[in-house]
Amino acid sequence: MSVRRVMGTEVEYGISVQGQPSANPMVASSQIVNAYASSTARARRARWDFEEESPLRDARGFDMARQIADPSQLTDEDLGLANVILTNGARLYVDHAHPEYSSPEVTTPLDVVRWEKAGEQVMLDASRMAAQVPGSTPILLYKNNTDNKGASYGAHENYLMRRSTQFAEIVRHLTPFFVSRQVVTGAGRVGIGQDGRDTTADRGFQISQRSDYFEVEVGLETTLKRPIINTRDEPHADPAVYRRLHVILGDANLAEVSIYLKSGTTALVLAMIEDGFIDRDLSVEGAVKSLRDVSHDPTLRHLVTLRDGRRLTAVQLQLEYLDLARKYVEDRYGSDADDQTVDVLARWESVLTRLERDPMECATELDWVAKLKLLQQYRDRDGLGWDDAKLHLIDLQYADVRPDKGLYHRLAAAGRIERLLDDATIEAAMHDPPVDTRAYFRGRCLDKYADSVAAASWDSVIFDLPGRESLQRVPTIDPLRGTRAHVGELIDRCDTAQALVAAITR
Amino acid sequence: MAQEQKQPRKSSQEESATEEVVETDVAERKEMIDEDVDAILDEIDEVLETNAEDFVKSFIQKGGE
Repeated sequence: MSVRRVMGTEVEYGISVQGQPSANPMVASSQIVNAYASSTARARRARWDFEEESPLRDARGFDMARQIADPSQLTDEDLGLANVILTNGARLYVDHAHPEYSSPEVTTPLDVVRWEKAGEQVMLDASRMAAQVPGSTPILLYKNNTDNKGASYGAHENYLMRRSTQFAEIVRHLTPFFVSRQVVTGAGRVGIGQDGRDTTADRGFQISQRSDYFEVEVGLETTLKRPIINTRDEPHADPAVYRRLHVILGDANLAEVSIYLKSGTTALVLAMIEDGFIDRDLSVEGAVKSLRDVSHDPTLRHLVTLRDGRRLTAVQLQLEYLDLARKYVEDRYGSDADDQTVDVLARWESVLTRLERDPMECATELDWVAKLKLLQQYRDRDGLGWDDAKLHLIDLQYADVRPDKGLYHRLAAAGRIERLLDDATIEAAMHDPPVDTRAYFRGRCLDKYADSVAAASWDSVIFDLPGRESLQRVPTIDPLRGTRAHVGELIDRCDTAQALVAAITR
Repeated sequence: MAQEQKQPRKSSQEESATEEVVETDVAERKEMIDEDVDAILDEIDEVLETNAEDFVKSFIQKGGE
């Protein structure tokens, strides 16, 4: 494979009720999800199907009409129900104390960008809709990963991989890549240490939002003792054929080039691991400490020690992977490599070359550099120390989802950050599913047969049909089936869910 | 050394003229960049939340994931 692979991202948004720091974040998150769900769902809302293996009768439990209750009346159990599927195939729900958008399954890095950016617009719309509820207080949403007071929340990536690949090989070759990729994918952060209070040596800025929150190299946890390589193994596909690599150490990016390179370069490295192409051992000594040390040095001069004794900067380590990837693509595809694979390689090389020369040359492409440049300009103009609240505010407000308030959005609108997609393309993806995965089937069903869809999940759509005693579950276990090519014409032709289910089960 | 002698030598007048042009260029560019930076910072000043300290302090999250 190339950069093409079944992929998706999940972003938990920071949330605050304006002027009410002690407001219950679960209630606020539920208000966000419910506001979006009730104003976009034309009919009843399809539930998320948690129990894919349970008998159909059980699924009826999710099929209850849900009133928009006064938030104060909602119990935790009720709040757990704020969980909907969108017509673009995504899932919008409350995860712990944050609203979360899980993108539909896509197959290219540019589509990762497209449906993740669509999620930002969903959150923006949701917050505007929630604000229209009489008596409500505005809820602010941030696409970031920490409150700088010890709490961190995730922006996870998912990559479908071959089950046959040895997990030990994934750990061996992916760990050095993850230690170093933050120089491309970091979102930038004012503050050192989990609570942001380590101000020794006037270090105030670091490359990654997340690096200080990782404590072990490999593990199952996501909320404490976070591992660089997460071992969660829920493929949402045939487990005999696939594993889903769940990546939890990435930052929530706003810059499209950052998102694009994050998924594109990671997909390339995974392809090389699957094909046993990586012939060198780039293992690093003390991966957890190296991850932090790299993040803490925005000059990019920190030297990571490899197990073989070599000492390389993070950029040089990335260049090793780039070199391998170039050879891999040449070896497997030659001049037949697809456009995005060629583009990812070219951009990756361009960015690394300039990062090595002067990181500031990447200020129009990468989040952490754009943020650092802005912070430096403020420091130069106003003589601010890194502990100044204004710099912390700039860090926070960079991630505000509102186009008028969010500093990323202001920079992008002023042409200071490169865009890969136009607004119309992203807006369409708020409603339209990708056409080349099962998300197409899920999204089209939600759009066309909303009244008849009782529940859905990554691997099923469950219909409640008139005249049928039991719910009808249509499994979608293969992520690459249920595409427009497979079912587009069928859905076009079937005016009702009954007709669709009859045609599928005939 | 022989090669160097083949290079046409600029007169000292020409040299200083060139340097002046370069210096003016740099100064002009720096001025433009400064104005550019001022413009974006002014724009951002206008949208930054008021009372940075309170705003940052009140952004308290629970962990997620």
